[in-house]
Amino acid sequence: MKTGITATANGLHSESVRPFLDVTPVLELKRLTKTFGSLTACDAIDAELYPGEILTLLGENGSGKTTLMNMITGLYRPDSGAIFVNGKREDIRTPNDARRLGVGMIHQHFKLVEPFTAQENIILGLPRQRGQSSSMVRADVRALSERYGLDVELDRRVSDMSVSQKQTVEILKVLYRGANILILDEPTAVLTPQEADRLFDILRRMREGGAAIIMITHKLNEVMALSDRVAILRQGRHVATVRKDQTTPEALTEFMVGQKISLNIERPKTARKPLLTVNNLTVRDADGSLRLSDASFSLESGEILGVAGVAGSGQKQLCEAIAGLTAGSGEILLHGRNIAGQSPRRIYDQGVRLGFIPEDRLGMGLVGSMNVVDNLLLRDYRLQRGPFLRRSGAMKRAADLVDRLSIIPPEPLRPVGRLSGGNLQKVLLGRELMSKPELLVTSYVVRGLDVHSSYVIYDLLNEQKRAGVGALFVGEDLDVLLELCDRIMVLCGGRVSGIVEAKDATREMIGLMMTGVSR
Amino acid sequence: MRNYSIRMAQRESMSPLRAAGLRVLALVLALMTGGLFIRLIGFPPLTIYAGMLRGVFGTAISVRETIKLAAPLCVTALGLAVAFRMRYWNIGGEGQMCVGAIAATYFALYHQNLFGAVWPRWLLLVVMALAAIIAGALWGLIPAWFNARHGTNETLFTLMLNYVAMYIIQYLREGPWKNPRDMGYPKIAMFPIDAQLPKVLGVHAGWIIALALVVIVSLYIRYTKQGFELAVVGANPNTARYAGMPVRRVILRTAAISAALCALAGMIKASGADRTLTDGVAGGIGFTAITVSWLANLSPPAIAVVAFLFGVLEKGAGYVQSTYRISASAAGVLQGVILFFVLGSEFFTRYRIIIGRESAYGEHSA
Repeated sequence: MKTGITATANGLHSESVRPFLDVTPVLELKRLTKTFGSLTACDAIDAELYPGEILTLLGENGSGKTTLMNMITGLYRPDSGAIFVNGKREDIRTPNDARRLGVGMIHQHFKLVEPFTAQENIILGLPRQRGQSSSMVRADVRALSERYGLDVELDRRVSDMSVSQKQTVEILKVLYRGANILILDEPTAVLTPQEADRLFDILRRMREGGAAIIMITHKLNEVMALSDRVAILRQGRHVATVRKDQTTPEALTEFMVGQKISLNIERPKTARKPLLTVNNLTVRDADGSLRLSDASFSLESGEILGVAGVAGSGQKQLCEAIAGLTAGSGEILLHGRNIAGQSPRRIYDQGVRLGFIPEDRLGMGLVGSMNVVDNLLLRDYRLQRGPFLRRSGAMKRAADLVDRLSIIPPEPLRPVGRLSGGNLQKVLLGRELMSKPELLVTSYVVRGLDVHSSYVIYDLLNEQKRAGVGALFVGEDLDVLLELCDRIMVLCGGRVSGIVEAKDATREMIGLMMTGVSR
Repeated sequence: MRNYSIRMAQRESMSPLRAAGLRVLALVLALMTGGLFIRLIGFPPLTIYAGMLRGVFGTAISVRETIKLAAPLCVTALGLAVAFRMRYWNIGGEGQMCVGAIAATYFALYHQNLFGAVWPRWLLLVVMALAAIIAGALWGLIPAWFNARHGTNETLFTLMLNYVAMYIIQYLREGPWKNPRDMGYPKIAMFPIDAQLPKVLGVHAGWIIALALVVIVSLYIRYTKQGFELAVVGANPNTARYAGMPVRRVILRTAAISAALCALAGMIKASGADRTLTDGVAGGIGFTAITVSWLANLSPPAIAVVAFLFGVLEKGAGYVQSTYRISASAAGVLQGVILFFVLGSEFFTRYRIIIGRESAYGEHSA
């Protein structure tokens, strides 16, 4: 183990690393505990946050990160434990209490009024002080934005802004309300790499200005790029807090997962055969707006074709058109047979074996209130003869699936909605793989999954690739796309800006293509 | 006091024994509150309760009367449960019962001897039942088609159709089906004996149909492909589409089955209990069945039990009303009190209430 790590991966608790011994922490959590029924989401968590630092909160799904933040921002009440702000014990009962104490949260989904301008959003809901004119408000906002390098056009409507501009408005809004403790929940999920770099510059400047920042993230490269200290949660417990400059991604992963895992993704070489050709695929929304425009590409068996792009660039339409869930114009040739515009049932009945992992697993793909057995039946119940439904076969397959993919808890009769994200994904992926697909369409297959589950899924995909399956892999983490995929297709605003060989590509190159620079 | 707080938390699950205990407790509390109410309006509570029991279980006849009340309620609740399992809010049980009764009456009064020969009783009854089922299914398809095709709200649509069906009965009573022998009084004629459901163990055969349907509907929703499909469409239409289910067809089929069952309940009520067609044939059963269905958690065997208990309440309240001259509205309040507690206890089987002082830091409050 590297020097400087003060706790072992298996230790329950570490002596915390106090960077500034003489400074009062702006935020101090003492033995915060929150339970939901029999589940202890946060178990006596201690933590401190100092002015002028960026603390990343790292942990797998269900490790208690969100619950912890919700207690700080007044959404949940702790069962026991205390929160100190600037050395004083505070009882944070509502989000308003949190705001009053200078705690501001930037959610993944922005809380902005779209038809309003940036300035209107920033002052929305605040009482106007006596004698305060709108030009004074404006001067205040401008001063703030200059101080932190937040580049915002105050009179622009939010609905006309890009995602990254909206995020900037959200940050400015929180700062204007006097926040000096800023919490960001996976802030880069919706950004291009360039936009993420810009955000990091802003956060660094805020740190220099004395603000205290907590960032929740899954991405280890962001942790290493930005944070001063890293607090790691596992299963509701605070396992360690380490200084960034004294740790490595491997050590962090080990803390997070509780065991060593390799962070390398294989890219096996395989034999190739033509499989899928898409010609001039165009998809429009229900309201007629263009979502995917003239996409053409091909995919061979034994190949993983990555799809990169900012969220909402047409990935969803591309996947759903191939799976027969959205009608589009153009050709989708699978083994030379056109399946465009056919319903999932027609496609299935023609003997085409297509597996589809949609991005919203409970919204489409699985039924949360049904158990694993019934969810497996979804795919093939129609093949049973007669009016009755026999569950014995599916029961056996469910037990097998639960066992093989080590789904936890191992109960095939548990409603899948009660499983964690990773286990849910294993059920879905497992079912699709059981049907032995020749074409696998996956959309954000590791979204919301922890490191360990993600690598299990990459291995499963590679196993399929070796077996001759062609896979379309829509992803968001560029590092993963670059390592796992054979080629990467980049989408921007519904257009294909280019297809590149992954082994020759770089993050910067893909990032540029995501903004529409074509190659 | 700022230091005290009341919170709700979802329960993971509750042991059947505790749940049963909770329900018994609810019943006891209901009887106590109801007793207080009876005392307040000047009657002796224990006598009234004893009277209710006597009214329900006192004689063989009163038991039969209770079953007679429960049978159509049970069948209607089964029908609604099928639709509710698809999250299709069929509030049209009343109207569907009316339509079923109308179709059955058509054969009972005007076509019992089609094709020249007089039909045997069993055939006439089967034809009446089939007519009710078909008419109900078609009636139920109207809102379902608009829902599946255009996404209209089935709750309002089915609710409004109740009035249409009821007024059709009134029109028939005033006009084409008015009984000339009733001397100008607008009434529809009594069914001939062959068009009345035969008695089995002293009660019309509706209760046998109800019990048979409990088994059939149980099997349908649990062990058939169609039952599986309607559950998936209800839980998640997108997943249903993804799995290649014909979503529209499932909606139409399920709504038709639901309405057909309600219509059959209308035929049972008209032919077994009323022995004629009146605009009160549904008489609120279609609405009460909604409560029965949910109280039973949409499970067919539980629906049979709950429907019987509702029959008990109805019959008991009716008995004390006539025997002790308690006003009808007071009997209604008593029913309401009991329902309130029983429904309330369901909440506590799913949630628990945490009342406690704010925990001091470092110690657990629970």
